Amino acid sequence: MKYALFLGCTVPVRALNYEVSARKVAHKLNIEFVDINDFSCCGFPVKSVDRDTFLLMAAKNLSLAEEKGLDICSLCSACTSVLTEANKELKEDEYLRKRINKELSVLGRKYEGRIKVKHFARILYEDVGLDKIRENLRVDLSKFSFAAHYGCHYLKPSEIYEGFDDSENPKTLDELIELTGAKSVPYEDKKRCCGGGILGIDEMTALKVAKTKLDHVKSAGADAVCLICPFCSIMYEGSQKKMEREFEAEYNLPVLYYPQILGLALGIPQDELGFRMNRVKPREIIAQLS
Amino acid sequence: MSENEEKIIKVNELNPNFKYEIQKEAGGENITRCFACGTCSAACPVREVNERYNPRKIIRMALLGMRERVLSSDFIWFCSSCYTCYERCPQDVRITELMNAMKNIAVKEGYIHPSFVAQMEALNSHGRLYEIGEFDNKKRVKLGLPPIEETAEDTKKLFKQEGVDKLID
Repeated sequence: MKYALFLGCTVPVRALNYEVSARKVAHKLNIEFVDINDFSCCGFPVKSVDRDTFLLMAAKNLSLAEEKGLDICSLCSACTSVLTEANKELKEDEYLRKRINKELSVLGRKYEGRIKVKHFARILYEDVGLDKIRENLRVDLSKFSFAAHYGCHYLKPSEIYEGFDDSENPKTLDELIELTGAKSVPYEDKKRCCGGGILGIDEMTALKVAKTKLDHVKSAGADAVCLICPFCSIMYEGSQKKMEREFEAEYNLPVLYYPQILGLALGIPQDELGFRMNRVKPREIIAQLS
Repeated sequence: MSENEEKIIKVNELNPNFKYEIQKEAGGENITRCFACGTCSAACPVREVNERYNPRKIIRMALLGMRERVLSSDFIWFCSSCYTCYERCPQDVRITELMNAMKNIAVKEGYIHPSFVAQMEALNSHGRLYEIGEFDNKKRVKLGLPPIEETAEDTKKLFKQEGVDKLID
């Protein structure tokens, strides 16, 4: 199993714990990642500004993976969504593909529409499979409970994801959590957006959107939030202190990336999973493990 | 002038062609399907915490032809692109993409939101939203991660060709 690893903008600078743990987990499960240095921004921020430029940026990235004959594995849900969207349009609409390729020729590149784009969690669920992961489990996490946060772009817009999971009733992340023995706790408004999309537009509004979820997760008694998108983490973990100040609340709620949790269950040493880079330290979880 | 003057819709100032202009933009094709049921506003996580963003109202204003008010206002930029309304809209208005279509028109009319100017600047200079400098690469290498050499040239060329560079001062 071999993929081009698409890091996007946020992961390689602001979510190193995600990247480190994802690479370790992939290695353990015999997934090979190929790094392509010329990958750049997926095009997501440009979609609001100029759709053609967004398609060109996506097409450029897609063409780099295609050139190597590889499908793309993305860690960021927003990157996954826009690359999948552009890929679908370019594959299905020959006229659009020709037009975009004509403009892409300024970079000496061309995209033929031959590859797939998948989120890492989807690859774990679909391509590796729950049974194969179970065979590799070494540490039982049954004393923990996590609140699955799906975020938005992992499953939406659903029309681009070929029927993978159900955006109104998602289950894949819950199942991925529960295979480690841990409990995936139900909580109110589970599908709520993190608010990250408007952090740069109106910080207070974005924080208010994020706060509601932390309130719900906290009252459900989860040991940590479990998520799969770097921007959701910026909201729930990176902005947690600020939310505590602004809204006079106390959360002290660890926010973990799914590969950090799976990594523990696979017996990968804690210090290789990037927990030191978590802003809200998962001290109790680590203490209970050792 | 009454206090409500600002809120009053003046029929002679409406632009009935605005909806067709939106329909020509990718993502805006389905705007006229809206029958104002309000599912979008009920589902919207931003609307829940900030009344200034109200997708049903924005779509209504656009259909009425309040072109300048819609394009110049910052509320079209408040969509967090969560796609909740998109999934639930009974008329398949494709609201998230409709908002993007309206933002694209607003940009052409000179109303780009300042936070997007900053993002376009970063992309033009680094090819990514965040710079990857020597410090970042040292940190990456220490963690056993491959260093990343910034390649902004491609993005710069595309921005120039498409005219996105003109949005950056």
